[in-house]
Parts: sequence; C-alpha cells; structure tokens
Amino acid sequence: MTTPLGKDLLALEPLTPEQIRLILDTAEPFKEISERAIKKVPALRGSTIVNLFFEASTRTRVSFEFAEKRLSADTVNVAASGSSVSKGETLVDTARNLEAMRIDMVVIRHSASGAAQFLAERIESNVINAGDGTHEHPTQGLLDLLTLRDRFGTLEGRRICICGDVLHSRVARSNIWGLKKMGAVVGVCGPRSLLPNAIAELGVEVFDRIEAAIEWAEALNVLRLQLERMQAGYIPSLREYNRVFGVTRERLERAPRDLLILHPGPMNRGVEIDSDVADGPHSVILEQVTNGVAVRMAVLYLLAGGAPELADAAKGGSDR
Amino acid sequence: MSHRESGIGNRESGGNREQGTGNRGSGVRHGVLRGGRVLDPSQQIDSKGDLILADGKVESFETAAGASYGDDYEVIDCSGLVVAPGFIDVHCHLREPGREDVETIATGARAAAVGGFTAVCAMPNTQPVTDNQAAVGFVLRQGQAANAARVHPIGAISLGQEGKSLAEFGEMVGAGAVAVSDDGRPVASAHLMRTALEYARTFGIPVADHCEEPTLAAGGAMNEGIVSARLGLKGIPSEAEEIMVIRDILLARRTGGHVHLCHMSTKGSIELIRWGKERGIRVTAEACPHHLSLTEDAVDGYNTNAKMNPPLRTAEDVEAVRDAVRDGTIDLVATDHAPHHYDEKEREFADAPNGIVGLETALAVVNTWLVKPGIIDLTTLVDRMSVSPATTFNLPGGSLRRGSVADVTVFDATREWTVDPAKFVSKGRNSPYGGYSLYGRVMCTIVGGKIVHRATG
Amino acid sequence: MAAKPTTVLDSRALARTLRRIADEIVELFDGVDNLIFVGIQRRGVQLSDRLADILDDREQVKVPRGSLDITLYRDDLQTVGPRPVVGPTKLPWDLNGKRVLIVDDVLHTGRTVRAALDELADFGRPSRIALAVLVDRGGRELPIHADIVGKRVDVAPTDRVDVLVSEIDGSDSVVLVRREDAA
Repeated sequence: MTTPLGKDLLALEPLTPEQIRLILDTAEPFKEISERAIKKVPALRGSTIVNLFFEASTRTRVSFEFAEKRLSADTVNVAASGSSVSKGETLVDTARNLEAMRIDMVVIRHSASGAAQFLAERIESNVINAGDGTHEHPTQGLLDLLTLRDRFGTLEGRRICICGDVLHSRVARSNIWGLKKMGAVVGVCGPRSLLPNAIAELGVEVFDRIEAAIEWAEALNVLRLQLERMQAGYIPSLREYNRVFGVTRERLERAPRDLLILHPGPMNRGVEIDSDVADGPHSVILEQVTNGVAVRMAVLYLLAGGAPELADAAKGGSDR
Repeated sequence: MSHRESGIGNRESGGNREQGTGNRGSGVRHGVLRGGRVLDPSQQIDSKGDLILADGKVESFETAAGASYGDDYEVIDCSGLVVAPGFIDVHCHLREPGREDVETIATGARAAAVGGFTAVCAMPNTQPVTDNQAAVGFVLRQGQAANAARVHPIGAISLGQEGKSLAEFGEMVGAGAVAVSDDGRPVASAHLMRTALEYARTFGIPVADHCEEPTLAAGGAMNEGIVSARLGLKGIPSEAEEIMVIRDILLARRTGGHVHLCHMSTKGSIELIRWGKERGIRVTAEACPHHLSLTEDAVDGYNTNAKMNPPLRTAEDVEAVRDAVRDGTIDLVATDHAPHHYDEKEREFADAPNGIVGLETALAVVNTWLVKPGIIDLTTLVDRMSVSPATTFNLPGGSLRRGSVADVTVFDATREWTVDPAKFVSKGRNSPYGGYSLYGRVMCTIVGGKIVHRATG
Repeated sequence: MAAKPTTVLDSRALARTLRRIADEIVELFDGVDNLIFVGIQRRGVQLSDRLADILDDREQVKVPRGSLDITLYRDDLQTVGPRPVVGPTKLPWDLNGKRVLIVDDVLHTGRTVRAALDELADFGRPSRIALAVLVDRGGRELPIHADIVGKRVDVAPTDRVDVLVSEIDGSDSVVLVRREDAA
C-alpha cells in the first residue's frame, strides 16, 4: 500500500519538502481534536498498532499512544524488558512474530541506528521510527518544525541553532534535514568532541561558542546532554559544560533579539539549560509536547490510508 | 603450431615423456595448457604458447608452433585465455576449528580453487586460536585432505591472541606456519609488536599486523566521515589505522624485522608505507579487493554486507590504494575472506559482525575495477595476486619457471558474469557484490599438476 | 476521457436558489432562534456562510456558524486513502439542546452526512439536526434524505456534479460533467 509518504516513516532525510509540508499541514487540524471534550475521531478504527520500544522512553511512547487512541486505533505496547527480546530473540524474529499477528503498523524505538529501516524492509506493516540509535527521530523533528512554523509563520530563511551533543543525537539529525528542507538556515553549537567530524559537510554553520550562536540565531533547539557522555570522556564535567555551553538567562539577555527556546526533553536543568530559560517567556517546550501528539496523529493518519490516486479522485466530488 | 581442438581427456600422439608422480594425488601428471596467453611476471613472460606440466612441476614453456607431446599428455585448450602462475591469498579466514557451520578448511580451500587461488594462508583467529604447533598441524592436515587449494597456516603472535605473551613461533614454523599474525585483533602493545618482529627474524617469517589503534576504533562500525554522520553510526577514523601503520614501520626499522601490513585502506597509510619503503625498511603491505572497488557509500541503507574492518573508506582513499597497487607500494592483493552465518549478518548494523567473503570474486573485482579502466595491466594483476604473495611470504608457486610447482590459474579476462552469492562454493554468502556484473572468470585451477577446479559452461 | 460540462445553475440562478433555501430554513425552524449553521468542508462552509449572511440581514440577528471536516469520520479511509489535508473543524459552542442545520453542496451517497452526524454526536446532543443541500443528485447508499434541497438533478453514477463558489473557485455555478465514454 503506498501513501503520499510511502510505506514507512523512517527518517526526514529522504523526504521531499512537499511531503514534510503535507505532514505539517495535516497536523494543524489535528491539534483541534485534542481540544475537544471527546478527544477522539474514528479515522483509524480497526487498525492495530504495536508500540515496540526497545529503549525506555515514557514521553515518546505516551505521545504516540495518545495519537493512536485519539484516532481510535487499537494499540499494544511492547517493552523490550518484558518481551522475548531480553531472552535473546533477534529483531528479525520479533518482526516476523508481529507480522504473523496481522498488525497494521509498528512504532519502533531502538538503540541501534538503522533498526527501523531493518524492520521496515522485512515486514509488510507500516513502520514509524520513534528513534533509532543516533540516527533519526523523525516525529520529533517534525514536531519541532511545526512548533517553529507556528511561531514564525514560515521557516524560510529563519536561523535555527541546534545546541549540544549533536554527535549522539537523533533529534539533531532529524532537525538538520527537516529544517534545511523547509528553507531554514541551520547552525550547530557544542564542544567539538560532541560534534560529528564531518558536520560542516551536512551544510550547517558551526559555532564553537554558545555566545556566538545566540547572537546569530532566532531560535535555539537545546539538546539533552546524556550524562554518560561525561563518563565516556567527551567532556570533563557537567559543571564546566554548563559554564561554557549552558543556555542561561544572562546569555540570552545579551542577544540582539528574543530567541525561541526548544528542548526535546527530558531536560537536565542546570546543565544544558537553566530553569529560568526553560520556564521563561520564550520557551516553547510545552507547545512542542502538544504538537507532538498532533504530528504523530498526522503521520499515523497519512500512513494508514490507501492509494493516493484514489484519494485524488475522491477530492473531485464532495459527497461519495 | 597446428590447430588441434581438444579438451580434457583427449590424448594426442607425440614423443615420449617420463612418467612421474604429481605431488598432490592423481591428476594431470603430464599435461599441456595449449595456446593460451602465458603471463608470468616472475620471468617477464607475456606470450602465446604451450605450458607443459609434468610430475607436478612446470616442465617447459614452448612458444614454437607445432610442438608435439606424448599421448599420455592431457591437453587443455587455453586459446583466448590467460595462463598465469596460480593466485595466492595470504589472508583468509577459514573458521575451522570452531565455526565449521560458517566455513571449513575444505569448503574454504574449494572456494579458493574456484576463485583461481592455488594457495591460501589461513589466519589463526579460530576457536581455539591457532597458537601452537598442534593447531598448526591440524590446519595443514585438513588443508591437504581438502584436495583443493594449498592451505598454509598462519600462527598467532600471542597466546590466545590476547596480546600478552608470545606464542611459540619456532615450533609453529616447524609444523608448517608461514607467518604470524593476531589478525582480527590489533597488537595493542608496542612492546609485544617489537618483540614479535625481533623474534620472527630468527625464523625468517613476516609478522602480519591488523593495524587498528583500539581506543580510537572502539565501538566503530564504519568509516568516520559524512556517511557515518548521516547514518548515526560510530565511525572508525583513518587515523586508527595510520597510527599503527607508522608504529609498525618504525618498529620494523628499529628491529630489522619484516612487518606485513594487512588490508590497507587509507590514503594516509599508503603515504606512510611509501615513506617506509623509501628508507629501505622491511615493510610489505596488502590491499583487499573491496577496498579497491567500494566506498563508504555502500553502507548506505545499513547494508551489513558492506561492513568490514577496516571499513570501506572514501573515494579518495580508494583511489590512493589503487594507485599504490599500481606502483607497488601495495605489494599484493589479499582477500580477507571472512565468511559469516546468514543470521549473523541479518541484524542491526552495529551488532553485525565485520567481514565479507572474497575468494570467489577477487579476480573479477580486481580485473573489473583496476584492469578494465586501465589503472593496472594484467601483468601487474598477476604479479600482485601470485608472484608477489609468493615472494613476500616465501611460499611455493608464484612462478611458471621450469621446475616450479605446477600451480596454475587459467582465466578469461573478458568474460562477464553476474555474482550470485547463492552459488558460492564457500559456505559464506556475505558478499557486497551480489547482483554485480563483473568481468573475469577463472576457467581452470591447477594445483601441483592436478585440476582442482574447472568452470562449467 | 472527454468530459463536456453543462451548466445546471449559473451564478444568478445559484443566488436565487440560496435565497429560496433561506426562506425554507426560516419556515422549517420557525425562525432562527437557537439555530447553529454548520457547513461541511469544503464548499458546504461557503454555502452555509452565505445562507447565514442572508438570514443575518433578513432577521437582524447574528446567526452562529461553524464548520465540520468529516474526513476523519469517513468509513472508506482504507479504500480511497486519506485526503491529503484535513480541513479545520470549528464548533466553538456547546451543542446540547441546540438546533443544528448541516449545509453541504452535493448530496450523493449519503456517507458524508452519515459521517457528519457521527462527528456532531461527539460534540454534544443537539435537540434537532436538519440537512440542507444545494444539489441532490440521487444515488443514495444510506437511508438519508435532505430536509431542504436547492436543486434536484438526475444523473448517471459516472457523471460528476461540481459546485463552484467564488471564494474558492473564482465564480459561482453548478456544472454537470458527463463522462461520454461511460456507456
């Protein structure tokens, strides 16, 4: 079954700007559904969706689950710890077993880059990548795009800087591709030990100092600093990280303009971002969470559909 | 020479020749490879003629037309084909003992024969590790029993390949080991490497090193660069290889030992080897067909059959390594044949094992990517795949000189074929070349005068 | 496939029809008290707004107007695929006890109206729901009928009836597109 997005949503890198725009445009009316008294429409009634989480992630799983339930899909959550995966079953066997249960979609979160594509190539069901290793987290990228577009009206020419551990961040990769496709100018800022060596080849501006990034940018997407990076020797200490790279009110006050502040969560307050910034007037962090449900509804809805040529025909007459 | 059409089994009349015994069982005791383009860089021969084999040895090479042979001579028509000293692969993993489900010495030796290899060197990273004379003897015996390509064992540098204490080089060489290596693992300790180079001098064997600085390469799954940044895979920087390359070259200078650098993959390594060779340091180096043909782009889509160590590098690196094969900075081509079970490669990229099978595609890959575009000529190909491996590792073969072992490879350099891993004789199917159309097909492989492989069709 | 459009209503006839529908609405509901107009996306919304404008003038009130996108309530997502973009649903009132007039452009199978009724039910329990359509082209697949019809046309199942409104299409008209090769 092909849809305007293809069978799966694995990454933003291969999408066209039109496909991204379609998802964002589709997400807009879905926001309203979450405001209704009965927050539920029957669009995916009868669809079975498995949320296959090999990594713990309460916030992404809950967001997907709300999106699925608000579209009336039947959902099952499979957490790796409670499944046969912990008994050594391979991903390919897990996939085949799910397939044999005749499910319609799989939402997968996995610690290995490429795991979502691996699954998608082996099962008929639609696969949505909810984060694969340090590769991509496309729905997070989309919700960031939606949040920024809502505030800016358009992303064309807007300067967005992604701050922090770009090297290990799937959010960063999805943001870079998505923003660039929508015409934004993308910067990255972080210690060089946490930026990919080939970062400039991705077509982004690189800032060594957070002060310079703040002076340049119109919005900052502040990445979570995984605490294990310090143990692995990428940075000397969290204290120094905050001193050198932390997004603080003092630094923002010196900026020539007000900056929108995004963060994919969960935050390490006092490390990559200070509380008075996270809770401040320019933070759109909670809008991101709200938009996350709408974007995921849009993706589920678009992937659930039938052939696009029939959809075009359906547009001809209003009542069919 | 008159036109006589015949194939294997046809007898032709002529003068009498003395009967002898081939060194590897019954086969073509007396044979003529007739009318081929005989290419032997060890004697600067490149001319059409008849190669006469007797008693497991090369008897003579006749360019004169009309030569005739005894009726006990088996005649193989080689017109339109290249007749070369048999290819020698100094670097392959035959998995026995330990992983006979993946490859055995017998299946590996037969796969080698299909690929035109008359001899292969088996790396010692088996389970258990080939680190003593008994284990070396086992590999040798299994190789002889296979009745295919010759199998030369390589012993481990350190006991258990643990990088701590030296294995018994003397006893292993006595049992048939032709070199030592901890391949699959780097020799992390510079002191151990120094000692190995010094100690190996006693026995005149090379120390083959897998160059990889372990702390830089830790957790890496592919080349570090733009593709690894895009795919979110941990990269292995070129420097992980190059740091060990220069360390080994400097230690070879200090010790006077012979260091052989395995599977060189980066432009920087080539420059360092060139530096060493210019100074007369005893360094030799090999390159693998995949590092001469594919780039890191092959990994796109998380293709586990493009995962190997050292990883596929950039186009610039590939160009430098090709160039080094041409000018001799790279002495020889070796396959690093590394079969894995289907299930092991059918998984998340980061968790999949490194390595690909290479014995059955090596000639075609080198021919397609280096000879066809004119980077090297066929003479150089034969040198890098036969003559040079024999001299570098002091192995029999690598020459069609009178009295040499009758190890011969006959191939069609122009024949196009499509790689189908399902048809490999090797148990491994993990090839990145599946579906590729390649040029160059081995038609006949002769070991010690005996035909061990003949192409069908 | 050659298609030959014929005009069923031109812009003047369409305006006239809307005025007549407005009359019938007042008659049906005995005024406009407690009445909410709900247009179905897309062209039902524009028609609903025009009707409400007419009544605003005539009755000197402000008739509340909303819109409904029934895409997510369709029962044929799996067969016809999603409409690429879902339009907004605006029903910013409590519908309990209210009277609702659904306005759509063309009534055909009745499935859109069925979906609209389902969706309205999720917003509350109106005391009365009525349906006004500009064109009834027949071909019902569900037991649904319109309370007020602007124009009835008898067409083959393969024909298309298009309602054009100036807000979206640049001009007002109703056209019939016959498929000549349909036979």
